[in-house]
Amino acid sequence: MIRFEAVHKWFKDLHVLNDINLHVKQGEVVVVCGPSGSGKSTLIRTINKLEPIQKGRLFVDGKDMSDRKTDINRLRAEIGFVFQQFNLYPHLTAIKNITLAPIKIRKLPKKQAEEEAMALLERVGLADRRDSYPSQLSGGQQQRVAIARGLAMKPKIMCFDEPTSALDPEMIGEVLQVMQGLAHTGMTLMVVTHEMGFAREVADRVIFMDYGVVLEEASPEEFFRNPKHERAQLFLKEILSPMH
Amino acid sequence: MEGGLDFGVIWTNLTYFMVGRYPGGPMGGVLLTLYLAVVSLIISFFGGMILGLMCVVRNPLIRYPTVAVVNLVRGIPLLLVIFWMYFLLPFVMGRTTPESATVIAALSLFTSAYMSQIVQAGIEGIPKGQTEAALSTGLHPWHAMVFVVLPQALRNMIPSFVNQFVSMIKDTSLAFIVGVSELTQVATQVNNRTMIYPAEIFLFIAIVYFIICFAFTTLSRWLETRLAWRKAI
Repeated sequence: MIRFEAVHKWFKDLHVLNDINLHVKQGEVVVVCGPSGSGKSTLIRTINKLEPIQKGRLFVDGKDMSDRKTDINRLRAEIGFVFQQFNLYPHLTAIKNITLAPIKIRKLPKKQAEEEAMALLERVGLADRRDSYPSQLSGGQQQRVAIARGLAMKPKIMCFDEPTSALDPEMIGEVLQVMQGLAHTGMTLMVVTHEMGFAREVADRVIFMDYGVVLEEASPEEFFRNPKHERAQLFLKEILSPMH
Repeated sequence: MEGGLDFGVIWTNLTYFMVGRYPGGPMGGVLLTLYLAVVSLIISFFGGMILGLMCVVRNPLIRYPTVAVVNLVRGIPLLLVIFWMYFLLPFVMGRTTPESATVIAALSLFTSAYMSQIVQAGIEGIPKGQTEAALSTGLHPWHAMVFVVLPQALRNMIPSFVNQFVSMIKDTSLAFIVGVSELTQVATQVNNRTMIYPAEIFLFIAIVYFIICFAFTTLSRWLETRLAWRKAI
């Protein structure tokens, strides 16, 4: 579904992605973790070309993202994307946030788009907030609307870039539950997160990055019980018991 | 005149101040001032929008020439732009153009240039995440601009727009230099004829300008609250 082949990216002199080789299969749930500045957000943003890559090849759903001839807008509709800062449109209500792309791109009639959007809002448990503006919603609710928006184009893949990092602790659960529900539908998920509980329970595979390099790639059981790379051991120690 | 102001001169010439020789003759006074202002306002709203968008497009062949023209116009006194239009427009059009048209052209060009900077700043002031979110749902870049960025940017631009327009309303008084009989010109005429009431006349037109501008700011504040959605974050 997603295949990185020797992908490199630089920000000026900074080598943010260094020889990435990854393959995410259909229906797989992959969690990417690592310290801040490790390149994990950049990695996930290359998947829908919010960040272009400079070297190597990147295939999504069989199409070459690095090829100029690829219709990037069409391909982006196949990839739902959820941001750390939600990025809901503040001037539109929850339901209009969701229906904008289906109406403009898939040319759905307004009524049908709204019916589909309501189904999505129900799925994330926010059917009663359809006419609320983002500023009237809590962080957790905003992020759930953002997930519904990401699902509105019926994507094959969902990408999450630290979806819970900007949330109050007590709102993290509601978002993770929605994501877990998605994983159970068999959708391909790629998640950048520090929620190790989510990784342990939901992920099929954990990827650990630092310095723009994939240092470790393992099943969650193995990654948490027996991390091989020294940097990963340190990271896990810090994140699981930050006081020691 | 023995002490105090005598506003009788205003009352006797009130129709002339308000509408000039209209409807029997050409428009003048306040009516012409409003006409110049409203027409230039509409043109420069769209002109500023188009120029502003041209200043933010990726294509350097569009962006840099636009930025150059905008900076050129901004670096010239409005009075000179009016002179240019006065002498150039008939030459370019190949026939005589009414003075009011030259003033409208000058005001529109000048205000569009300033407006384009407001539009550009407004667009650049919207967080990048908004465009990214729109693009990630498969919207085309121009969809993202029209349906996501511009509606938010426009609302933020309203105060600056109003500022610019108020300043333009007052700048219509410069039309008097090319003989357009708007309010200031009419006031000068009446003053030249009556000779002894300059204080009354120029105080009166100052108040009229103030009322027009104040009404406009009030209207826009009302518009702003009506367009208000609660801002996120």
